[in-house]
Amino acid sequence: MKASHIIGIVVIAVAIGIIIVTAGDASSYVTFDQAKEMADNGNNNSIHVVGELPKTGSGDITGIEPSIDKLSFSFVMVDENKKEQRVFYNEPMPTDFKRSEKVVVIGSYKEDLFVADKILMKCPSKYQEKTVNAGI
Amino acid sequence: MIHSFIGDLGHLFVIITLVTAVFAAFCYFIASKKDGLQANPWKINGRFFFTLHAIAVTGIVFCLFYIIYNHYFEYHYAWSHSSRQLPTHYMISCFWEGQEGSFLLWIFWHALLGIIIILTNKFWESSVMTVFSLVQIFLASMILGIVIPGLDIKLGSSPFILLRDAIDAPIFSSQPDFVPEDGTGLNPLLQNYWMVIHPPTLFLGFALCTVPFAYCIGGLWKKRYRDWIRPALPWALVGGAILGLGILMGGYWAYETLNFGGYWNWDPVENAVYVPWLFLVAAIHTMITFRSSETALKASIILVITTFILILYSTFLTRSGVLGESSVHSFTDLGLSGQLLIYLLFFTLGAIILSAVRWNELPTTEKEASTYSREFWIFIGAVVLCLMGFQVLIPTSIPVYNKILELFGVVSNLAPPADQVGFYTKFQLWFSVLVALLSGTGQFFWWKKMDKEALKNSLTIPVVITLILTMVIILIKDVAEPSYIVLLLASVYTVVANGKIFIDVIRKSPGLSGGAITHIGVGLMLIGIMFSSGYSKVVSLNTTGMLISKESSNEFNSENLLLFVNEPKEMAGYQLKYKGERVESTSPSVFINKNDIEKTATDYLVTAKKDIEDDGEVVFSKGDTIKISAENTYYAIEYTDQSGNSFDLYPRAQVNESMGGLLASPDIKRGLSKDLYTHVSSIRSPNEKVEWSDLEEFKVSPGNNFFVNDYVSHIDRVERLDHIEGIDLAADDVAVKVSITVEGEDKEYLAQPIFLIKDGMVGRIADEINDLGIKFTALNIHPDENAFTIGANTRQKDWVVLKAMEKPFINVLWGGTLLLIIGFGVAINRRYKEFKKMREKGME
Repeated sequence: MKASHIIGIVVIAVAIGIIIVTAGDASSYVTFDQAKEMADNGNNNSIHVVGELPKTGSGDITGIEPSIDKLSFSFVMVDENKKEQRVFYNEPMPTDFKRSEKVVVIGSYKEDLFVADKILMKCPSKYQEKTVNAGI
Repeated sequence: MIHSFIGDLGHLFVIITLVTAVFAAFCYFIASKKDGLQANPWKINGRFFFTLHAIAVTGIVFCLFYIIYNHYFEYHYAWSHSSRQLPTHYMISCFWEGQEGSFLLWIFWHALLGIIIILTNKFWESSVMTVFSLVQIFLASMILGIVIPGLDIKLGSSPFILLRDAIDAPIFSSQPDFVPEDGTGLNPLLQNYWMVIHPPTLFLGFALCTVPFAYCIGGLWKKRYRDWIRPALPWALVGGAILGLGILMGGYWAYETLNFGGYWNWDPVENAVYVPWLFLVAAIHTMITFRSSETALKASIILVITTFILILYSTFLTRSGVLGESSVHSFTDLGLSGQLLIYLLFFTLGAIILSAVRWNELPTTEKEASTYSREFWIFIGAVVLCLMGFQVLIPTSIPVYNKILELFGVVSNLAPPADQVGFYTKFQLWFSVLVALLSGTGQFFWWKKMDKEALKNSLTIPVVITLILTMVIILIKDVAEPSYIVLLLASVYTVVANGKIFIDVIRKSPGLSGGAITHIGVGLMLIGIMFSSGYSKVVSLNTTGMLISKESSNEFNSENLLLFVNEPKEMAGYQLKYKGERVESTSPSVFINKNDIEKTATDYLVTAKKDIEDDGEVVFSKGDTIKISAENTYYAIEYTDQSGNSFDLYPRAQVNESMGGLLASPDIKRGLSKDLYTHVSSIRSPNEKVEWSDLEEFKVSPGNNFFVNDYVSHIDRVERLDHIEGIDLAADDVAVKVSITVEGEDKEYLAQPIFLIKDGMVGRIADEINDLGIKFTALNIHPDENAFTIGANTRQKDWVVLKAMEKPFINVLWGGTLLLIIGFGVAINRRYKEFKKMREKGME
């Protein structure tokens, strides 16, 4: 067997290994119900949940509760199935949080509370303003 | 008034750019099919059109900059990316904040490189420039902004679109000629000098990757399979150096400006540049092998083509909107996805088909590379680099798989790994070990003919030194993690081994030392990355023992520290004290206490309440008007270490309404062995309503003490005012300013409420001491008793939540980067000289 063949086999093996591990480590987008089910089955892997922050008629976001020392906060998020869930985040409120139109929380259930390790925010208007006010 | 001329001119230039690129591509295509003298007229035509093309591109750049510079906010691009207050050097950044501008930048670099190739090349001009012109056709179409009639397909997105055409706002139906007074401004995160130079560097790197690709296609096309590598190699090296520099500038910007606490986050947008760079570096290695031993030609062709395709793929990823939820900083979708896909597929299929057709004609070497040959080890190195890139590419493309599956009607909910840093590190660490070991050992093979005995002799000394050095570092820095020990060992080895080579080479022929220098840089970078990331330590731990939240379990420990103004707290061997808010004056640049200034009607102008000193010198006198950068607030934090030395850090927060609140940037105390990295993670929001306590009244005479919020206060002085800014005082009106001194923890504060009788009515102007959270109002004057009624409201004292991290040896990373770039520079110089020699012989 030639050395080049051995190298070829090793390269292919490593590439397949990478794909398999990536598939195994890949997270998934789920709803709160699915996440809860996973946690109840003892699966504590971090997953992604996409949702929005509930708003009152006048556009104020409801359900945000900073801790007394401002070092963490919790909020209510509504997932794509309209299920409301309180989410806890052990960091101060991220900038832009209240303006985000869509929120992705990455984390898992701890009993009845969803604990987020990371929050991603989607602000479509971040780089493109949508309307212009006559005042400016 | 709408300045429509400049926009129309710009648009005309865009169209000229596209048309001349088509003509240039056509002429050069014909020219490269013909031989000798017959080709000349076509070549001259090609040159003419490409020069015209370059002039038109410069014209577009000029028009767009003219619009931004003159604040023509009737144009969408100027309105959405600039504002009147923006300093000129940041106007340059506005230029590429938007997608259209960044395409323009890329086009500009291509045009410039094309001109350089026309001027420096003799033989390769026609075929290389055909490829270049083709690339330019696709790029120019991205900024065309023309709707094809009948088909209703929009081609490209023009930077010269008017605001009223871009945005559907009610104002435009009543006032079509409405021009906004001011733009919405540049994203404050981008208002940083690194952002002025990082994107152009990166795009120059992108553009440079096209050059070796164009030579490669030219070589395959003209069947000069061996010859293309010589002129392509110096370009590939320049590309590697510039792209690498661009990536690391981005990392440095992230470290200095963003507050996620690091320089690299494995964000898809970062990955999309990192992967092509790894392949380009691999390509450079196989090309060098080919130059010295005529092997690895096929590998070079595959790698050069792959690099270019990966650049296109990363463009597609970041600009088509496909990354959507998985990236924080990809561009918004401008509806260019289809166009980008065609661009990607055209060059991918074109290159693959051309190589497939020519594959069997490619010269090959029959002899098997021995395991003691340098070719073998360099090839292994290139393979490792490719696998390293492949590993990053697979998970980064997850959103693409979802999209493809969607096309087939399958709903896929695959998401990128939740812990990105952990996931990528577990692979990249071991690949890095391999890279380090190979770049240490490979160099010995490069410089000497090796067999078992010679290898043993050359390696003994470096290995011994490596072991000793690594032991010392492990003991001093307390490295315990086995994988880190292996990485450290490999990195130190590559530094030592290449150091030995460097010493040998520099004496004989310094021009050839590029490889050794670059590899020393790589070793140092790995050591810096390992320590600064692996041993980055949050030092602002909450040690109060207080429960952060009832809801959270015990495994959480808060990594932030709440500091009230002037109340010291202990943190990791430091005593921390928050000293209050500061603003920065623009010239000279000084941090000014917010208590020492008074606001005026204009945001960015304030007046000094008292003399403002910096380092003991009076910079501004009382009453001076000072220009400040209004959107920035700095939080003065005093650090005192155990031996009593103290220094101040000023982490920053930007209040920017249009960005939706507060953006924090760190301040860094730099040290040789470690950086102390501090940023605010939460502040008292200036836009939220402050909850003041109920008014408390004090009846006091000047000189008598009273207590507000536990602070000793007394009236110092009372003076009658002749005029107050903004109020007309008549002869009968009375205005009295009461100066109240409050003794804070370590300094005295001054508040000056005003009591006013105007037209027989009482008016009161309150004054606030920001740090202490006290607002004084002069409620009444009792001349008969020589006393005043003073009202005081209090609020929660000023506070800030802080996060601090230690980043050991991060400067080793930056130092290593510098060496890497220097090494590339030496190698470029050498390869360019080779190319020049050949050109003088009429070979290129």
